[in-house]
Amino acid sequence: MTDLSSTEPATHRSLKVADARTKKRNAAEKRFRAYGIVAIAIGGLFLLALTYNILKAGLPAFTQYVVELEVTLTQDEFDAAESQMLKTAAYTDIFIGNFEANLEERGVEVPYDGDAIERLLGKVGGDIRSYYRENLDDIGQPVTFQLQTSSRVEGYFKGRVNRDTIVDSRFLMGSDLDIVDALRDAGVLTSRFNWAFVTGTDSGVDNPGGAGIGASAIGSFFMMLVVLFLSLPIGVAASIYLEEFAPKNRLTDLVEVNISNLAAVPSIVFGILGLSVFIQFAHLPQSAPLVGGLVLTLMTLPTIIISTRASLKSVPPSIRDAALGIGASKMQSVFHHVLPLAMPGILTGTIIGLAQALGETAPLLLIGMVGFVAREYPDGVVSGFMDPNSAMPAQIYTWAARADVGFYEKAWGGIIILLIFLLLMNALAIFLRKKFERRW
Amino acid sequence: MSFLKLTASTLAVAAVSATSAAARDNVQIAGSSTVLPYASIVAEAFGDNFDFPTPVVESGGSSAGLKRFCEGVGENTIDIANSSRPIRQSDIDLCLENGVTDIIEVRIGYDGIVFASQIDGPDYSAFEPADIFNALGATVLVDGEVVANPHTQWADFNADLPAEDIVAFIPGTKHGTREVFEDKVLMVGCEETGAFDAMIATGMSEDDAEDACIEVRGNGITVDIDGDYTETLARIQANPNGVGVFGLAFYENNTDTLQVATMSGVEPTTETIAAGDYPVSRPLFFFIKQAHIGVIPGVKEFAQFFIANEVAGPDGPLAQYGLVSDPELAATQAAVEAEETLEIQ
Repeated sequence: MTDLSSTEPATHRSLKVADARTKKRNAAEKRFRAYGIVAIAIGGLFLLALTYNILKAGLPAFTQYVVELEVTLTQDEFDAAESQMLKTAAYTDIFIGNFEANLEERGVEVPYDGDAIERLLGKVGGDIRSYYRENLDDIGQPVTFQLQTSSRVEGYFKGRVNRDTIVDSRFLMGSDLDIVDALRDAGVLTSRFNWAFVTGTDSGVDNPGGAGIGASAIGSFFMMLVVLFLSLPIGVAASIYLEEFAPKNRLTDLVEVNISNLAAVPSIVFGILGLSVFIQFAHLPQSAPLVGGLVLTLMTLPTIIISTRASLKSVPPSIRDAALGIGASKMQSVFHHVLPLAMPGILTGTIIGLAQALGETAPLLLIGMVGFVAREYPDGVVSGFMDPNSAMPAQIYTWAARADVGFYEKAWGGIIILLIFLLLMNALAIFLRKKFERRW
Repeated sequence: MSFLKLTASTLAVAAVSATSAAARDNVQIAGSSTVLPYASIVAEAFGDNFDFPTPVVESGGSSAGLKRFCEGVGENTIDIANSSRPIRQSDIDLCLENGVTDIIEVRIGYDGIVFASQIDGPDYSAFEPADIFNALGATVLVDGEVVANPHTQWADFNADLPAEDIVAFIPGTKHGTREVFEDKVLMVGCEETGAFDAMIATGMSEDDAEDACIEVRGNGITVDIDGDYTETLARIQANPNGVGVFGLAFYENNTDTLQVATMSGVEPTTETIAAGDYPVSRPLFFFIKQAHIGVIPGVKEFAQFFIANEVAGPDGPLAQYGLVSDPELAATQAAVEAEETLEIQ
């Protein structure tokens, strides 16, 4: 140490005392780090705000307010209701009659009339009818129903409807809230987890309480099946050929450029293509998850090809050389050695591509999957692909456009479910990457 | 992972889809976003009350719906088009060109168009068609001269209105509502203010004058909304001075955030519209392809259910939601029963 320092010139700079230029450089680095932290903090803040908003607006969708009542439906009442044109309305009337009849013995002592009770209840007729049609033996037996309240009453509990600002309308009167409070105090009106929202189907615009995202989730599932089973083999085969076998010439260059360009094409363009090719030319059914899946396949293919080629490229050439060196054919070297090593990257790319496709709405607008579609569960695999259905993002879009604010809450709730699916898929991608990752 | 297996499954999927691409058993409907809410209510009830599958109802606007309706006859075309305006000759021409010759017109009821603004915003509580025309028309009459609209504030032409900048969110041209807005508000206002006569006096032909009357200013003063009323509502909420055009049912579902303006002194309610007092209302329709009746199961049953007294009548769920029921519903029911088609050429 002493030797070294003695040989230094007179303008010697100590390593321990920073000079002006070093200070400047250090300060620049510090500033850059600060910028980075600020950038991450801003991003994090946005994420927090977004998450908070989504949870705040969406979580109420998972709570349902129901009234409980024991009903004994006689065979005569059942036959009378079934002989009507609007059978569900007849069941609603029966329910309201029963509901009024024993309110007093349950401790509700607020004056009310039948119209008020009708305003408080949601669309209950459909639920009652489908229950009795499936359980014909229960006619004449006491059955306890838990049926939804109207969207205005739910709004009252969830803070959307306020006693001070309520405007009397045929949907809800200010005085109805007294009945609601009395029902709640008497334990007739309770809240529970809204399974109907998670597993149910879409409902008409006057029935936000009956709306569920289940059927459209099934639609999304069948679409993703189509995307997976078409885009993975096609995409991987195309990438392997382009990366490992294809000669480098103008034609393959052109193909490559076009694949990169396709990845940037707005998704609505694929929707128009799907409408004209699959529906108008090939005569596939409208609103079918099969067509949705085909359109999304077109959209996902470039993503999968690009990520597959990148992961094939990242396999060191020495592995190919070694395989060829011990006498493997080109195809053997690819399928026995290169592909397994590239698999984690391919799977990650595929799952990210699928996640992207899962959240896509625009192309579905054009092939008839937006509107009042997701009303029925498919009966089986074929019906799952061919029968009209919606998809989760399309369902959310539909709800967000409806007049009743109850649907707005459902849209946010739907976003939460969609995000859970996306998180699960991304977690799967990370898990697969970690599990199959090889180092060399 | 075996690629053979993957490819085999792909082929299997393709085979399944190829064999079963036949026989649609649900009714397929598209068209007006104004009729969509009613159609979805009826579709849900139809599925609940009948053994037919629930019909699929898509949105897209009256013109888009009629265009798809007129694409031809067959399983991959829609059975019913919803429309918030009567069918036009241009639609009929397209229909005829594609072999859609027998069309049943069904009027389901009436819908009011209301002008509403933020509930805490300026006091836009009473409009005349003339006010709307003076505010939004591209050319108006000022001091006896036909000039490009100079007004920037409502109070500029009517001292009773607030001194606030003019901003209006009106339905885009693909909506049937736009036509009603043009015919029943702008055109009426144009005639009331004398602008129409003044235009004729300057030597314009009647057609040109009519076109000039319904032309709006654009430029951020009138904003065409091509989406749904929720978009209009969002614009109003972001813009306290804004006035928006809504359907009556939408307004009634959002009375806690919107204040409605009277038109010519009449408040829009289902009663005033049914009585014909409120001036800005229009009939709502759907059109059935007769060739599909008996081919696609449930088409006629759905149409009959839609206009049944229990559904579209004054006490039915549609009126409950905001539709003004048609006093002549019985005639419509009879026409659907008899499958009376439009006389077209």
